[in-house]
Amino acid sequence: MPGFAIEGYVIVSVVLFALGIAGVLVRRSPLVMLMAIELMWGAAALLFLAFARQFALMDGHVFSFLILVVGAAEAAIGLGLIVLLFRAREAVDVDEVRELRG
Amino acid sequence: MSAVAVVAAVLAVAGGVGVIASRRPVRSVLSLLLTLLSLAVLFIGLGAEFIGLIQIIVYAGAVMVLFVFVISLLSAKNEPLERPVSLLPGQERWGGVAAAVLAVLLIVAGLRHAYPAARSVFDGYGAVRAFGEALFYEHVFVLQLAALLLMVAVVGVVILIARRS
Repeated sequence: MPGFAIEGYVIVSVVLFALGIAGVLVRRSPLVMLMAIELMWGAAALLFLAFARQFALMDGHVFSFLILVVGAAEAAIGLGLIVLLFRAREAVDVDEVRELRG
Repeated sequence: MSAVAVVAAVLAVAGGVGVIASRRPVRSVLSLLLTLLSLAVLFIGLGAEFIGLIQIIVYAGAVMVLFVFVISLLSAKNEPLERPVSLLPGQERWGGVAAAVLAVLLIVAGLRHAYPAARSVFDGYGAVRAFGEALFYEHVFVLQLAALLLMVAVVGVVILIARRS
């Protein structure tokens, strides 16, 4: 791969991460917020792999593997919580869950 | 970036826009699937063959099936749509502005730095053998951490869901 330039990957990763942040901030469906978090995991993994390629090291691969594992565990727990929330109060909008409001 | 990487990057960003712009959760899941598959293409283009394949199998396969399953579970009575108007005034606008500001700042910060020239990769970079050596010889603690995390997640989900009498 001659002429490898990391800047493009940095930009793609930042854009995906910002889209994930925007999804968490703007949307109110817990499902879509969880998907936006998955976007941010993906952006982080892409950056790890891009810098691993830049320095020709395998350590970034190990850490993006860890990101995959954490993302899968987080998705499982998050979806379990969403199902519980829906069972308890038919809530599909985080605005309806206001019991912790100060 | 090669032409394939550019196309995959554009598709990934388009899928990301689709995730947060779709009203219906099923369309969000399909957009996320597009993003994850494009990311897998980018990973493989970066030489990370093993991580790319794991991304396709674990993420685009298992986790997305979990999402679709939960959506179909929630949709049994009615479509799980959020309420049309936020209780927090200006949430959409200011949330979008905050994300855009963050994106600009991160891009400026990321491109200010002059990166050294990329090193040439060794033979077999990113293949299963190299990945296994890195994981099992150098980063065994990470592997054990991942195993512990997965176990905690499984036990936690079972306790969360099965606690109801």
